[in-house]
Amino acid sequence: MFACLHAPATDLAKIAEAFTPWFEQTAPGTIVFEIDGLRQLYGSPQQIADAIARQAGAGVQIAIAETAESAILAAHNFRGVQVRPRLDKLDISSLPLPEEFAEILESWGIYTLEQFAELPETGLAERFGEQGVYLQRLARGAIDRPLRVFEPPPIYSDRIGLDHPVELLEPLLFLIARILQDQCRKLESHGMATNRIGITLELDDKTEHRRTLDLPVAMRESKTLLKLLQMDLEAHPPQSAIVALSVDLKPVPPRTVQHGIFLPATPAPDRLELTLARIRGIVGEDNAGVPELIDTHHPHPFRLVAKQPEIAARPAPVTSRQAFRYFRPPIAASVDLHNDRPARIRASGVQGHILNASGPWRTSGNWWTASQWNRDEWDITVSEALYRIYREPDGRWFVEGTYD
Amino acid sequence: MNPTAAFSAILGFRPEARIHETLPSGLAALDELSGGFPRGAISEILGPDSSGRTTMIHSLLASATSKFEICAYVDTDDSFDPVTAAASGVALSQLLWVRCGHNAGHALRIADALLHAGGFGVIVLDLCRISPRVANRIPISYWYRFRRAVENTPAILALLEKQPLARSCASLMLDMRCRKAIWKGAAGFELLRGVELEAASRKPVRQAAVKLLAQMAG
Repeated sequence: MFACLHAPATDLAKIAEAFTPWFEQTAPGTIVFEIDGLRQLYGSPQQIADAIARQAGAGVQIAIAETAESAILAAHNFRGVQVRPRLDKLDISSLPLPEEFAEILESWGIYTLEQFAELPETGLAERFGEQGVYLQRLARGAIDRPLRVFEPPPIYSDRIGLDHPVELLEPLLFLIARILQDQCRKLESHGMATNRIGITLELDDKTEHRRTLDLPVAMRESKTLLKLLQMDLEAHPPQSAIVALSVDLKPVPPRTVQHGIFLPATPAPDRLELTLARIRGIVGEDNAGVPELIDTHHPHPFRLVAKQPEIAARPAPVTSRQAFRYFRPPIAASVDLHNDRPARIRASGVQGHILNASGPWRTSGNWWTASQWNRDEWDITVSEALYRIYREPDGRWFVEGTYD
Repeated sequence: MNPTAAFSAILGFRPEARIHETLPSGLAALDELSGGFPRGAISEILGPDSSGRTTMIHSLLASATSKFEICAYVDTDDSFDPVTAAASGVALSQLLWVRCGHNAGHALRIADALLHAGGFGVIVLDLCRISPRVANRIPISYWYRFRRAVENTPAILALLEKQPLARSCASLMLDMRCRKAIWKGAAGFELLRGVELEAASRKPVRQAAVKLLAQMAG
């Protein structure tokens, strides 16, 4: 048997939880659950209904019936507490009828569920199709279906309050590991992963230290997440002892990858992220990533984007082109001119007569911003080596790099 | 069992177990000379400025990325130029670029981390502009460690340098040299069109040099 609770603006879930953890939230104001297991505790269906009514208080319509659909129908159409109510005298409009069905049934003189239930099933199927048969079975109370159990959206966060403030990272990591293990197990059981992990440390000086890691790929290995958090906390330590901590994971669907049988193995994204975090810990966050070209005439039309390398859709053809190497910072030089062309250069590591020179190639741009550039470039040969040099508007010369 | 074989057996070194797979450099003449870059080994590319070391490595990276491999460039002195690399055919999205801020120690640590991470096709360690004093202070144990880390993997550890550093740990050693720069145009209005390069294999066997041509990008 099933009990249905119906009330527009009441927390029915809390009432149902007092009797069973397994209940169906059919609609925002309707909850239905099985009561067979409550008989030993409360007795007859009437006694169970009274217990539910005491728990729910006034204003909640309660119905107990043989099937879930009958209980729902009764709870929606009868006030107070009803045990095994007779549904056959209910008006036909109590069924979820489409408008055209209602009009046809009215023209036939069908006004109650009893009349509707007595119509021949074959004829109803011919006239109304599958939906008509379903509605008739509903009117007869013949639909017996399992409950679609309500599960609250899972929360992947946890908090630990500490008896004594923690100052060292190692004991803190021990606590974080415990939370991460639980949360990752929960993620795995729900078939989820995370791509954002946040940690909030409540400090002894009544402030909070928050860190959020955005992961390039969804993952749920607690060891990897712990290592990433460790490296982040080592790079950004809190300023005071920690009295409480909370870890929050953002759930996302796990990564699905189709590998090619003839494609080479590439670094595992979670392991690569860990390696990148280690590398960024050594060289800084802005010095490891993927180079990206920028559509500009700037002398350095590229930038480094802090992300993981990924397979390009279509590889470019391999061609043998002369490569260039930058000297960073550019080497200051002293250049002698002959007929306005460089004739001799003196710079650290680059000096001698200039055998060939091509230029000047004047470039300028962004004069309206602070990042403006304006210079004359030359390609030169100095004793079998090729360099690119340039002159600033103020007359200073620099060696920018070498063709290598 | 001869002493060398016995010593190899103790160290667990099995020459017959090594995989002699190579990756073509993309430069036909050089591939004929050396048979390509050996996987699971260290390769050294040596030469002074403008000798074509970087052109060679761009070509190798382009060859690897065209086969959908992920590569890494450990840039000790921030000298990498993505523009000419892209012109050579390197798929930049498949390249991890690490700038080490003129710190050779950092570069070595990062190369070690990348080798142990696994999954990379080519890892380039650019040590071209480190001073001889710094180069001589790199402990030789690094190269043994790198050789051990890279062997039995499909990765290539390519070292760019002026003088040999890995020496006996390297399986391939190429000497690069600039033969001549190609300038075209009337006197006073010349344009640099390309460079004729020369590559000679020093290891595994000393071989005659081959001529390569690198055209200017764009």
